[in-house]
Amino acid sequence: MTVDAIGLLQEPVRRAVYEYVSAQVDPVGRDAVAGAVGVGRTLAAFHLDKLAAAGLLTISFARPPGRTGPGAGRPAKLYRRAPDELTVSVPPREYRALAGILAEALEDAGADEAAVRAAYRRGLAQAPAGDLVEHLAGLGYEPVVDESEIRLRNCPFGTVAHEFPPLVCGLNLGLVRGMLAGCGRPESDARLDPGPAGCCVAIRRVDSKDKEH
Amino acid sequence: MTRYHLAELNVADLIAPLDSPQLADFVALLPEINALADRSPGFVWRLTDDTGTDATSLRPFGPDTIVNLSVWESLDRLRDYAYRSAHLAVLQRRREWFKPHGRPYQVLWWLEVGRLPTVAEAAQRLEMLDERGPTPEAFTFRAVFPEPGTLAA
Repeated sequence: MTVDAIGLLQEPVRRAVYEYVSAQVDPVGRDAVAGAVGVGRTLAAFHLDKLAAAGLLTISFARPPGRTGPGAGRPAKLYRRAPDELTVSVPPREYRALAGILAEALEDAGADEAAVRAAYRRGLAQAPAGDLVEHLAGLGYEPVVDESEIRLRNCPFGTVAHEFPPLVCGLNLGLVRGMLAGCGRPESDARLDPGPAGCCVAIRRVDSKDKEH
Repeated sequence: MTRYHLAELNVADLIAPLDSPQLADFVALLPEINALADRSPGFVWRLTDDTGTDATSLRPFGPDTIVNLSVWESLDRLRDYAYRSAHLAVLQRRREWFKPHGRPYQVLWWLEVGRLPTVAEAAQRLEMLDERGPTPEAFTFRAVFPEPGTLAA
């Protein structure tokens, strides 16, 4: 049950294990987790398996690169954050269903531009007062800064974006552009450039402002 | 066991003629977006007119309606091209060039490997979707049916 799964995260070490795995681009093994969190390998494995059993992490098996053929040993057990969304609301609320219905209605009406404008206004209203990257992190985008760009590892609109890509990704672009305009940066710094996973919006890095995080 | 590819049809109602200034950006972007499709993993085939480059001169759905008809090795490959490539940024601008269609404008169906869809068959699939909603014979990205002979996930 959802509440039980989320309740698992209350234990501080397990929470740290979950947050470390979630922050990694690639799946990780228990040794890396143990080292990062500062616990023994056995305890790390215990928490990892507990999180996987609850559906919060997924498991895969792979050999380290370069180690193949006989004598390469057993493949390592690797963990990554599960793609499934868990939402808890008391009293019950069905905002995801509502978002799906509204998105479908917007599609039918061809009202993408109205949605983008509304998102832009929201972006303006929640423009970062300080650091843009920290601001995006606070909104759940999980930003990663490389040499030239800010990439966003998480799409905060997950399922709905998956179902209505041009509408929701366009809306999200409007939202980010609103934030940029609100902190005095050119809107053209944000563009749609989808990768294999994560948010489709990429933001040009301004060296003096966007520190690596 | 018969193997299947995925066929996709979508139609778009132009807000103005293709040679008008309103459509200039779309027309300019078309060659690169078609070239991207052609070299995308899983691309099998797309409908073209006598020019061999695109299908914009074919108007089987009406004088102002252009068509895309293509075949892909799998749903994931088509999705990667449609929504996780440079194609998305073009798609996101669709309201600058196309009118709201008001009815289903896109349909997917499974097709035996080696066969190519005809425009008439594609039109029939779109009509089926419009009349009955998503079925194994005519479905959408939001309501996918597994290829024939496989169990539903």
